[in-house]
Amino acid sequence: MDFTDAEKKEIAYLRTRYPDPRSLTLPLMWMIQKREGFVSNEAVDLIAAELEIPTIWVEEVRSWYSMFTEKKEGKFVLEVCNNISCAMLGSQDVIDHICEVLKIKVGETTPDGMFTLKTVECLGSCGTGPMMQVGDRYYELLDENKVEQILEDLRNGKEHEQKPQEWPEYK
Amino acid sequence: MSHKKILLNFERNGTSHTLDSYLKRGGYQTLAEKIPALSPTEVMEEVKKSGIRGRGGAGFPAGIKWSFLPKDSDKPVYLICNGDEGEPGTFKDRVIMEENPHMLIEGMILACYAINAKHAYIYIRGEYGFALERVRAAVKEAYDAGYLGKPLKGTNYVPEITVHKGAGAYVVGDETGLMNSIEGKKGQTRNKPPFPAIEGLYKCPTIINNVETLASVPWIIANGGEAYHKIGTEKSSGTKLLSVSGHVRKPGVYEVELGYSFMDFLNNEAGGIIGGRKLKAVIPGGSSTPVLLPEDIKDMTIDYESIAAAGSSLGSGAVIVIAEGTCMVKLLEVLTHFYHHESCGQCTPCREGTGWLHQVVKRIEEGKGKMEDLDLLTSITKHIAFHTVCPLGDAACGPVDSFVEKFREEFEEHIKQGGCPYGGKFVRFQEKV
Ligand SMILES: Cc1cc2nc3c(=O)[nH]c(=O)nc-3n(C[C@H](O)[C@H](O)[C@H](O)COP(=O)(O)O)c2cc1C
Ligand code: SF4
Ligand code: FES
Repeated sequence: MDFTDAEKKEIAYLRTRYPDPRSLTLPLMWMIQKREGFVSNEAVDLIAAELEIPTIWVEEVRSWYSMFTEKKEGKFVLEVCNNISCAMLGSQDVIDHICEVLKIKVGETTPDGMFTLKTVECLGSCGTGPMMQVGDRYYELLDENKVEQILEDLRNGKEHEQKPQEWPEYK
Repeated sequence: MSHKKILLNFERNGTSHTLDSYLKRGGYQTLAEKIPALSPTEVMEEVKKSGIRGRGGAGFPAGIKWSFLPKDSDKPVYLICNGDEGEPGTFKDRVIMEENPHMLIEGMILACYAINAKHAYIYIRGEYGFALERVRAAVKEAYDAGYLGKPLKGTNYVPEITVHKGAGAYVVGDETGLMNSIEGKKGQTRNKPPFPAIEGLYKCPTIINNVETLASVPWIIANGGEAYHKIGTEKSSGTKLLSVSGHVRKPGVYEVELGYSFMDFLNNEAGGIIGGRKLKAVIPGGSSTPVLLPEDIKDMTIDYESIAAAGSSLGSGAVIVIAEGTCMVKLLEVLTHFYHHESCGQCTPCREGTGWLHQVVKRIEEGKGKMEDLDLLTSITKHIAFHTVCPLGDAACGPVDSFVEKFREEFEEHIKQGGCPYGGKFVRFQEKV
């Protein structure tokens, strides 16, 4: 495993932005995870070698932060917020509905490798809850019908454009 | 009441984030017009005069924080903008980063100049993909236009900004956790002292401010610290972004002048309670701030002093509104789960204690609690609060103590009844207009 030429160029640039190469640990881990979907042991070794730091320093970063993953997960990882504001507006119903539609439990991946379902803490979208994150994108104001449609769209490769928050008005 | 708009002074038409749009509403003029005549110390003085207090949660006056930097150090100084926004209920920095990023950049440039920063970092939580995209694009625009990477007009000071992406951890929002994270380490917090202004990022003097705090600086420098101080109240000057969520008819982010009546805010801006229900409780400043009853907030105004007098805190300005018909035990279960999940595990009282808090609340919610559990909860919080490295431990205790104190009967009911009167679920009563 190695960095691509474009990545190497980016790394050279990043080195000019921080006084200590160890600071590149998170940026490089993001680089790998973006490309591979997860950060393997081999990738940890690669980052450690690139930055000339002990492997354990890189390994502990991978395991400490919740957004880095060691194993390949579903093509789409559904991360549904189950914190206070989303919970009050029905996030559990949305989670239950996803479980029913995909026939999986929280933490599991569908047999076709398409979807992994997780619950996460507040994602800073509390005014547009219930909500979930899939990759870099937020899906807000969810209910059972809407989430089912989103799963369908994702399955069919339909892209959704990200927009700033649009707050609802309730009766 | 119509409120002065300093941070949300733009139309939400989908273009406000661009350099073009920012320039059209007078952006970057403060740099061009004011800086050549103002020394760094004078910029700092204006911020001090403004009285602006940190908008990230702790509410420490920004100008005073800046003045803690050592005067005689030969080490470089760093500025960090805290865009981690992890406090449940908070989604206001996101609006600035997504829709007004150049105002933040201009504010950072002014702050950098005032403290003579060698380099500034914007730390944005990893989940905020869209904010990251928009801030990165804005930083690039600012470099291309020469606002960054070139000497400020009339000076030889060169500002530099790098965007740093987080990777998911609430405790990184603490300033010492954030510095460790930029250094490429686990985001665990550091013991204080030394305070960051003396020994922070890379062991150098460092200033950390919240997104909203820094985005307010251009207005302060353009109009003068005194003009800012005239807005709001004597001790809580300026405007504040409030992110309101929960059972309100119009959730969202609103900019209000500090000192505004809370009930007016709730009924006017936030549109009152969903379905015309009765108000049951309010968490006024993010999940870590103690919960308040309707009678506590009757005469409360939105400023640091009044909310403290009511028994809570303005915190990050995240107003969470809870309507009649919501199970408070279930709600506390959600919150205790959060703090346990986010404990960085560095100190025993927090690592173990937050887990116990969650376990005990969960068993009460499930109808397996005993009356002694209520005293057990308050005894656990006594052993956590102020016995930990960072304030996350204390933050976990505020909700527990206040929920148990203010809704004791509801906890007792769960125990007596051997189950949740609400069936262990939240009732969904929102219906869109
Ligand atoms: C556990 C914890 C989480 C925090 N999260 C944030 C956050 O997400 N954003 C923020 O600006 N400040 C957060 N803070 C407060 C920061 O430590 C710091 O006080 C703040 O960024 C300083 O900026 P200000 O003075 O402009 O408010 C957090 C503090 C703690 C203890
Ligand atoms: S109080 Fe909790 S989060 Fe803070 S340092 Fe201790 S264990 Fe970590
Ligand atoms: S509570 Fe769900 S995004 Fe904040």
